[in-house]
Amino acid sequence: MSTLAEHILPGHPQRRRPDAGLLDTDAVPLVPAPAHVAAPRTPFWWQGTLAALAWALLALLTHLWPNLPAGFTEWAYTTEFALGAAGVSGLLWLLVLAPESLQPLAQLRRRLRPAGPWLVALALGLAVWEVLTAKLGRLPTPFFAPPQALVEVYATDAERLAESAANSLRLLAIGIGIGALVGFATGVLIGWSRAASYWIHPVLRVLGPVPTTALLPVSFYFFPSSWSTAVFLIALGMAFPVAILTWSGVAGVHKNFYDVARTLGASQWFLVLRVAIPAALPQVFVGLFMGLGAAFSTLVVAEMLGVKSGLGWYLTWAQGWAAYPNMYAALILMALLFSGVISLLFALRDRVLSWQKGTLKW
Amino acid sequence: MVNTATATRVPQATPQRFPPAANAGAGARIEVQGVSHWFAQRGQGGAGASEAARLQVIEALDLEIAPGEFVALLGPSGCGKSSLLRLVAGLEPASAGQLLQDGKPITDPDPSRIVVFQDPTLFPWRSVWDNVALGLQARGLLKTQGHRVDEALALVGLEAFARALPHELSGGMAQRVALARALVNDPRLLVLDEPLGKLDSLTRLTMQTELVALWQRQGFSALLVTHDVEEALFMAQRVVVFSERPARIREVLVNDLPYPRHRGDPRLAELRRQALALLGLGDSW
Repeated sequence: MSTLAEHILPGHPQRRRPDAGLLDTDAVPLVPAPAHVAAPRTPFWWQGTLAALAWALLALLTHLWPNLPAGFTEWAYTTEFALGAAGVSGLLWLLVLAPESLQPLAQLRRRLRPAGPWLVALALGLAVWEVLTAKLGRLPTPFFAPPQALVEVYATDAERLAESAANSLRLLAIGIGIGALVGFATGVLIGWSRAASYWIHPVLRVLGPVPTTALLPVSFYFFPSSWSTAVFLIALGMAFPVAILTWSGVAGVHKNFYDVARTLGASQWFLVLRVAIPAALPQVFVGLFMGLGAAFSTLVVAEMLGVKSGLGWYLTWAQGWAAYPNMYAALILMALLFSGVISLLFALRDRVLSWQKGTLKW
Repeated sequence: MVNTATATRVPQATPQRFPPAANAGAGARIEVQGVSHWFAQRGQGGAGASEAARLQVIEALDLEIAPGEFVALLGPSGCGKSSLLRLVAGLEPASAGQLLQDGKPITDPDPSRIVVFQDPTLFPWRSVWDNVALGLQARGLLKTQGHRVDEALALVGLEAFARALPHELSGGMAQRVALARALVNDPRLLVLDEPLGKLDSLTRLTMQTELVALWQRQGFSALLVTHDVEEALFMAQRVVVFSERPARIREVLVNDLPYPRHRGDPRLAELRRQALALLGLGDSW
């Protein structure tokens, strides 16, 4: 019996690790070959060489080609930008040429290897941007800033940007925290109780699709501060999709699961907590993902219109005195933060739903 | 649904029953008395659905399972066998008549009567061990009696797979886990709803023998629904042959062959001929 089982299930005791993606920062090295095993020689990293050359090109181009005089002033931080590009190039050379015996470098190389084409493209994209703005002035200057202008913003306005980002994150965390909890509880309630569904479902159906940003002007009257308004609206935007998908998850649990649990002596509580909720979790995560999208846009609009801090506020503030480089800098920061939040959600999902891995592969 | 006040825990015959010893006192006596059952058909003319709109699946059925007996129900598909199982398990109340376990009416599901379904229905987010532990956990016994989970897994030969996830198991292994999940509760009646229906024929034959061995060792009463004639005759002591829907008893075949049985036994062949004739396949045989 066990031999048959072993045959069917090779190496079952070690749970397969989910394939480590690019965003998976704590991933073990993709090729965790122990040192004492004579690993096949890894081929030379040609793409890395190409990337190092591209970054060197960017550095030289920025440094040697004089900037087009842009009205009032010379672009600051041109040299710093060139130095930064040269630094990246140097690091890439180091990685390409490092022998396998230098463990930390060899490890970093293994992890960066899949990103080779992106490293090349990034340098080339920056070069094109640099040429079109600072060097040739083909793009109108106040609206299109060269890369070094962004470097300048990050260098000189770091404190304000960091404070804005921190305030945005705090507001977001409180809002989505409340929204996710309320939405989840509501979803479970209407998925489980007929009476709750009768009363709550129509409300959700009518009010749910209203964009939370549309409620912003009204909400400012009802709440003591614009900050609490923002928390409420972010939570609302988050709660709606979470509630709907949790509900559909709970309602969609196969009846057989309940039958099995009931014959085994499960109470109502057990059926909710140990059957309905775990079975609904995959759907809940879809709801959380959708809710985050709504929460992000509510956050930014609320900060633009009422809350006196955060990245949304920074954007309107920068726009107020036509500081376009500051807007780009804030936008890039925002993109990184929000995508980081989503990556966190996916990491959490992969952890919680690790049992799901392989159900598709079967 | 499980009302703690009415879900009577029948006192266990002995505190610890896993040692392999025949234990006839452990089986439940099940009585089905004059049971008729209808399905409410949906979408049939609104609230005032008449009798005609309901589908009768069982008609005036009387059946008794003695303690420790192995009874199989055989019948054309869709004849109401599985409905009867749901009534016996207490998952649904009967439309008319009553069902008794040791003289007490069956009103709710109870861990003394466990159903093994055609689909293993393992909870995919739980490991094999946690799946088997389900019944003990639901009744708050896991802390004190967790060792029974290991014993049940050993009983079906899957100790080595305690940490595996359901999607990593083959069909036969998954059904064994479902069996362990039932046996860990020391059921007094094991209800088997075509438990081997989806397995390949080789695994099926092995599992039939294993199931009979388990039944002999544990001493529970067993009620098996199948539409495999050989399976019913090979495993059960009595085979109840049902008519087309609504289910009525057409004949009861008694198989008094001792266990372990031999599949090539001429008596089995004779019973098989009878059963097939009762199911309307007499000519083709």
